Amino acid sequence: MGNKQSIFTAQQLDAYQVVKCFCRLSRLFYRYRDLAPQLVPLDYTKQPDVKLPYELIGSMPELKDNPFRQRIAEVFSEDGEGNMSLDDFLDMFSVLSEMAPRDLKAYYAFKIYDFNNDDFICKSDLEKTLNKLTRSELTEDEVKMVCEKVMDEADLDNDGRLSLEDFQHMIVRAPDFLSTFHIRI
Amino acid sequence: EARRKRIQNRRAKSQRKAKLTIEEEEDEDEDEDKAPRGRGRRKRPKPIDSDQDEEDEDKGKRQTATRRGRTTSKKKSDKEDSNDESGKEKGSRRQTRGKAASKTQKEDSSDSHNSDSENEEDQLSEGEIEALKEQVEEKKKLIATLRNKPWRMKKRLIILKEAQEFVEKFEGALGKGKGRKLYAFKIMMAKKFIKFKRDFENFKTACIPWERKIKEVESHFGSSVASYFLFLRWMYGLNLILFGLMFGLVVLPEVMMGLPYGSIPRKTVPRAEQETAMDYSVLFDFGGYAKYSFMFYGYYNNERTVGVLKFRLPLSYLLTGVGIFGYSLMVVIRMMARNSNEGGDGGDEGQFTFSWKMFTSWDFLIGNPETADNKYASITTSFKESIVDEQENQKDENIHLRRFLRVLANFMILCCLGGSGYLIYFVVKRSQDFAKLDPRSLTWFQKNEVEFVMSLLGLVCPPLFETIAELEDYHPRIALKWQLGRIFALFLGNLYTFLFALFDEVNAKMLDEKAVKNATEWAYQEYYANYSSFHNTTDVPPLNIPPADVVRGPCWETAVGIEFVKLTVSDVQVTFLTILVGDFARAVIVRFLNYCWCWDLEAGFPSYAEFDISGNVLGLVFNQGMIWMGVFYAPGLMGVNVLRLLTSMYFQCWAVMSSNVPHERVFKASRSNNFYMALLLLVLFLSLLPVIYSIMTLPPSFDCGPFSGQDRMYDVVLETISRDLPAFIGNILTYASNPGLIMPAILLMVLAIYYLNTVSKGYQQANTDLKKKMQMARDEEKNRRNNKDSTNQMMKDLEDLLPDKSLFKPQVQEKPPTEKGSKPTKMKPGTAGVNLHKEVSLASPNPRGPVSRGPGPRGGPPGNAMGPQPGPGRGRGRGRGAPPPRR
Repeated sequence: MGNKQSIFTAQQLDAYQVVKCFCRLSRLFYRYRDLAPQLVPLDYTKQPDVKLPYELIGSMPELKDNPFRQRIAEVFSEDGEGNMSLDDFLDMFSVLSEMAPRDLKAYYAFKIYDFNNDDFICKSDLEKTLNKLTRSELTEDEVKMVCEKVMDEADLDNDGRLSLEDFQHMIVRAPDFLSTFHIRI
Repeated sequence: EARRKRIQNRRAKSQRKAKLTIEEEEDEDEDEDKAPRGRGRRKRPKPIDSDQDEEDEDKGKRQTATRRGRTTSKKKSDKEDSNDESGKEKGSRRQTRGKAASKTQKEDSSDSHNSDSENEEDQLSEGEIEALKEQVEEKKKLIATLRNKPWRMKKRLIILKEAQEFVEKFEGALGKGKGRKLYAFKIMMAKKFIKFKRDFENFKTACIPWERKIKEVESHFGSSVASYFLFLRWMYGLNLILFGLMFGLVVLPEVMMGLPYGSIPRKTVPRAEQETAMDYSVLFDFGGYAKYSFMFYGYYNNERTVGVLKFRLPLSYLLTGVGIFGYSLMVVIRMMARNSNEGGDGGDEGQFTFSWKMFTSWDFLIGNPETADNKYASITTSFKESIVDEQENQKDENIHLRRFLRVLANFMILCCLGGSGYLIYFVVKRSQDFAKLDPRSLTWFQKNEVEFVMSLLGLVCPPLFETIAELEDYHPRIALKWQLGRIFALFLGNLYTFLFALFDEVNAKMLDEKAVKNATEWAYQEYYANYSSFHNTTDVPPLNIPPADVVRGPCWETAVGIEFVKLTVSDVQVTFLTILVGDFARAVIVRFLNYCWCWDLEAGFPSYAEFDISGNVLGLVFNQGMIWMGVFYAPGLMGVNVLRLLTSMYFQCWAVMSSNVPHERVFKASRSNNFYMALLLLVLFLSLLPVIYSIMTLPPSFDCGPFSGQDRMYDVVLETISRDLPAFIGNILTYASNPGLIMPAILLMVLAIYYLNTVSKGYQQANTDLKKKMQMARDEEKNRRNNKDSTNQMMKDLEDLLPDKSLFKPQVQEKPPTEKGSKPTKMKPGTAGVNLHKEVSLASPNPRGPVSRGPGPRGGPPGNAMGPQPGPGRGRGRGRGAPPPRR
C-alpha cells in the first residue's frame, strides 16, 4: 500500500480506477517498470514523459510468441510505432483483460487486424493475417480462396472490404472470441 | 433611425444600472428567501468563461437571446462587441437578481424590447436548470461508461477530469431551497459509496486465488486446458460457500452447544466395537470413532433446541440440506445465464466458419514457444481441412460398411454400459452379504470392493470407448461429442445402479431396525412391568444403562453417508494414482529411458501424455454430484470435498506442468463454458431426486440423527409451523398446500412454459426471417453492383463517342454552381441506362438550375466571364437570406 501511494497520487489512482477496466494497477506498473528499470522512475506523481521502445514491449513473455505482437504494440501506442508510455501500456492490458466489454475488444481487434490503418480490413490485411497465423504455410491459391471466403461471409455491404460494423457483426457471434482475445497478466 | 435607437439603448442601460444599484439594496432584504436560488445562479456565469466547450450550447442560447433583443434596437456592427459583452454581464447580473429584477421592470415601460428580452432570459434560465441537470446526468453517465470507450488513456483521463469538475461544480448548484443541504449530503454519500464499492471490488479481485498458476497453465496449454482449471476454481468457490453453510448452521452448533461425546448412545461407540475403534484400518473405513463423530448424520441429537440460543437444530439440519441444493441451483443457473450473455450466441455456426477461424483462432494467452508452434500447426491444418471440406462435399465411398461399423460400435458400447451396470449391482449385492459376516474375517479387497470396482470402471471404460469409436470414423469434433456422451452415460448409469443397490440395502436395514425397535420397546415394557410389580410402585426410575451398552438399530442414514464418503475418498485416490502413474511415471520413463532405447520414445510410441480435458471435467462434475447426494447424510463430506478440490488444484497444476504436453490438435467440445454448466445442472438435478425422495418418504431411524422419533423427516417443518409460528401462518400454509391450490399453480406454470416457449419460437422465426431478408438484400446489392458496373461501362463508352461536347461544356458551366452543373451535361449525351436516372433523381435540387437557365450556357463565354465573382443577380436566384442584411 505504501508503495502505491508513493508512485501515484491518490487522485491519479482514483482516476485510473475509474477509467481502467481492471484494477491491478500496481502490478501492471511494476511489470512496466521491470522492462526497463533504468528508464522508468518510481515516482509518477509528476507524470514524467517516458516511453519504452517496441523492442522491450515485444519481448514481454505475454507477447513474445504472439504473431500479432507488433500490431498490438502499434495500435496501442500513441505514436503508432510501438513505443509505449505507461498510459498506453495500461490501455493495452486493460483492453486485453478479462473484464473489458466485448464491444471494446472487438474495436481493438479490428484495429489490430487492420494492418494498413485505413479503417477497413481489405484483402491485403486478410492475407497478412492469414500468413501470420499459418506462418505462410498455405499455398497462394489457398490463401486467396480463404480470403475470398472470409469476404464472402463477413462483408455485409459488399464493398470488398470489411468495415468495423461488418467485423463487429461477425465477431460478437464468435464463441471463442472472448476467451482467446485476452491476456492475463 | 438607428442612431436614435442607439441613444435610447444607452439611456436604458444607464437607467438600468441605476436601478440595479437600488435593487441590490432591496435584494439585501429579500436575500433570505431567495438566497439558495440566488447562490445557485450566481455560480452559473463562471463556467461560461472557463469551460467553454462544455457551455457552448448554453452560451449560444444566451447570446441569441440577448441578440434577438438587441438586433432590433441597433444595427451597427462596430458597437456590437462591446454591447454584447456588457449585455452578457447585465444578463448574468439580471439573472442573479431573478424575480426582483423582473418585478421592478414592470414599472419600467420605457424600453419594451429590453424587458421582453429579459423576461425571455429569465424563462430561459428556468429551462436552463433543466438542461444543466440533464448535462450533469450526462456527464455522470459518461464517467460511468468511460472505461468502455475506445479512447486513448490520456484522452480518457482528460475527459474524466473535465467531467468530474463539471459535475462537482454544478451538482451543488442544482439543489433548491432547504433540500439543498440534504442533496449535497446525498451526493457525498453516493460518492463515498461508489468509492467503497470500487475498493471492495479491488479487494475481491485481489482475493481470487491461483491467478498466477492458471496463467502459467494458460500460457503453456492455451485456453482450453485453462478452462478446466477455471472450472475447478469456480467449483472450489462454490464448495467453500456450501461448506460454510453446512458447517456454520449444522456442525458448529451441534459441536459447540449440543451434548458432548459419550453422553448419549448415538454419540458413543458401542461396547463391542470399542477395542478396535481407534485402529487405523477401521478409521480409514470410517468405522469406529469416525462413524460416531459429527461427520455423519447419526451423531446429531433430536432435541428441538440446543444451547442457550435455543437453536433449532433439526429444523436447521433439514433446511440447510435442502438449501444447499437451492443455492447450487441458483448459482449454476445464474452462471449459465451470464455465460450465455457473454459468449457469442453462435446460433448460425455455418455462417462464419472461415472468418472465425481467421480472427479468433489465435489464442492470445499463449506465451510459450512450443505451444505457439503447436498452435500454428493446428491452425494450418484446420484451415486446410476446411478448404478441403469446402472443395469437395464429402464423398462417401462405402456407406454401407461405415453404417454397419457404426451400428456395431454402438452395440458394443451399449454392451459395455450394461455390463458395467450389472457389475456394480452385483458387487453392491455381494458387499451386503459380506457386511453380514464378521468384519475381521474379510480381506481389504472384500471390504472395498464396491468403490474399487466403480473407480476401475471409470478408469477402464473411457479408453475402451475411444478404441471402439475408432471404428466409426467420425470427424474428430463429432467423435469427441459422442465420447463425452458415452462417458456421461457410463458415469450416470454407474451412479444410479449404485443408488438402487443402496436403496435395497437401506430397505434391509430398515427391517432390521424395526426388529430392534420392537425388541427395545418390548424390553422397556418388560422392565417397567417388572419394576412396578416388584417394588409395587408406579414411580419407576428410568433405566440406567451406560450409553455404550444400549442396544441400537443399524442407523441406515449413517451407513449411506459412509458409503458416499468412502466413494469420494476412493475416487480421490484413484484420480491421484492415475495422474501419478499415467502421467508422471510415463513422463519420467519416456524422459530418462530415452537415452538408452532403440527408438525415440518422446516422438514415437509412448510419448508424453496429453491433458484429458473432457475426462477431467466429467470426473469433477460427477464427484460434485456425489457430494450433493451424500452431504445430507454426511455433513462432514463437504469438508472432505473442499480439501479434495484444494489438493487437486495444486496437484493437477503441478502434474500438467511437469508431465503433460500441449495438444497437437484441439477440438473444443463445446461452444463455451456453458457445456460444463449444463452437465453440472443435469447432475445436480439427478442428485436432487434421491435425496428429496428419501426426505419425503423414508422413515428416519428411531435412535439416531436429528429426526429420530418422527415419522418423516419433513415433520420437523410441520412441527415448527404448528408450534412456533403464529396460527394464521399455519393456516395460510395449510391452504397453500391444499391440492386445490397446487393443481392450478402447476397448471399455471405449464401454461406459462407453453406461452414462453411459443414466444421464443416466434422470436426465432422472426430472427430467421430477418436473416433471410438480410441475405436477400445482400444478394440484391451484389447483383445491382454488378449491373451498375456494366452500365457504367456502357455509359463511359457512350461518353467516349461524344468527345468534344461532353468535355468542353462542363468546364464552362461548372464554375458558378459548383457541383450542380455536371449532371445535366451528363444527361445530354444520356440516352443512358436506368441507373443514370436514379442518380439524377437522387440529386434533388438539381433540376431547377438547368431549367431556369437551360439555354444560357449555350451562349457560353459571357457566363464564363462572370464566373469568378458571382454577381448579385446570380445570387438572387439562390435563396440565401443571410448575406444581404450583413452588407
